[in-house]
Amino acid sequence: MSHGSLPPFQQLLDEHGSDVLGYLVATVGPHDAEDVFQETFIAALRAYDGLEHARNLHSWLLTIAHNKAIDHHRSRARRAIPAGDAEEVAGSVASRNSKPEEVVTGGDPDLWRAVSVLPPKQRSAVILRYATDMSYSAIAQAMDSSEAAARRNVHEGLQKLRGEFA
Amino acid sequence: MNALTEKQLEKMLRQAPTGADLDRAVEGLLGRAERDGLVDIAYAGVDSPFGELLIARTDRGVVRVALPTDRGRQRPRDEVLEELAARVSPRILESPKRLDEERRELEDYFEGRRQEFDVPVDWSLTSPGFRSRALHAVARIPYGRTKTYTEIAKAAGSPRAFRAAGTACGYNPIPLIVPCHRVVPSSGGIGNYGGGPEMKRALLGFEGAL
Repeated sequence: MSHGSLPPFQQLLDEHGSDVLGYLVATVGPHDAEDVFQETFIAALRAYDGLEHARNLHSWLLTIAHNKAIDHHRSRARRAIPAGDAEEVAGSVASRNSKPEEVVTGGDPDLWRAVSVLPPKQRSAVILRYATDMSYSAIAQAMDSSEAAARRNVHEGLQKLRGEFA
Repeated sequence: MNALTEKQLEKMLRQAPTGADLDRAVEGLLGRAERDGLVDIAYAGVDSPFGELLIARTDRGVVRVALPTDRGRQRPRDEVLEELAARVSPRILESPKRLDEERRELEDYFEGRRQEFDVPVDWSLTSPGFRSRALHAVARIPYGRTKTYTEIAKAAGSPRAFRAAGTACGYNPIPLIVPCHRVVPSSGGIGNYGGGPEMKRALLGFEGAL
């Protein structure tokens, strides 16, 4: 049983925990971010000793966070609108369910509210690009898309924000 | 209000939102990970008169005690944990609560209230054979007593292997609980110690063995 060069899991939590939480606050809102954060790291811990190498652990964690955020939006959408298409309604459900006390602090709250109602792919791409400072290739990896699609999602998200937020 | 330039917008987006509590999220995570049996190694720091120790345990027992200086040199905590990750499991989390009993026993020992450790030991880091037999013999030396490297070699079944007995003590992954500070050279003097000869002398003096 050799684990090669995988660092102690605590190191992932120390180095990337705040990025993962920041991404989730922006994606699912502060009220649910801690819960989805825990689901993210539990899933990571389950998969960890099967990992074959320790490259790009930051992207790996954000990929899991991204998938957990999608699951979260889907289950919320199912609960809120039983007969809706989960992906389509995810954004609006997230914003409708935000209570005033859940509003994010740090950064510009109005801006982040505008980010939270972007279409899911644009929202994730924009958050990954700026709030967690990831490259387009890392975003593509995290979102399981091409690099061109990652660029396009970021670009379209930005255009929408400029139009709606100003 | 004028539309934002792309640059202004990008700058604002770099100010990641907050509003969730990382410490609380991590604490909740630890509870869930422990309940699901996903923490192979839990560790914590413990204060001692010699500086901070690191103790780590598995389900089976204490697998590692790292002295402030270890095998004769300063060793950062990261290095001790990386060794555990490579040799036992990388599913390692800091979990002071899970080490309550170990911490209490060590604190009691340093305050003179405890002479024997009751917490179980996990020997995963000790290779089987001579080293294992030698360290098991070391584990049986009572408080306040010493044995020589030769006696340990004899107990491990190789009476002439006193140097190898010294090496086995040098690689003891669980000092204090497996009391290699109680092993001294038959030629006299204090001998070597991972935590330094001063620490060995202080421990033996404290136990009344000098």
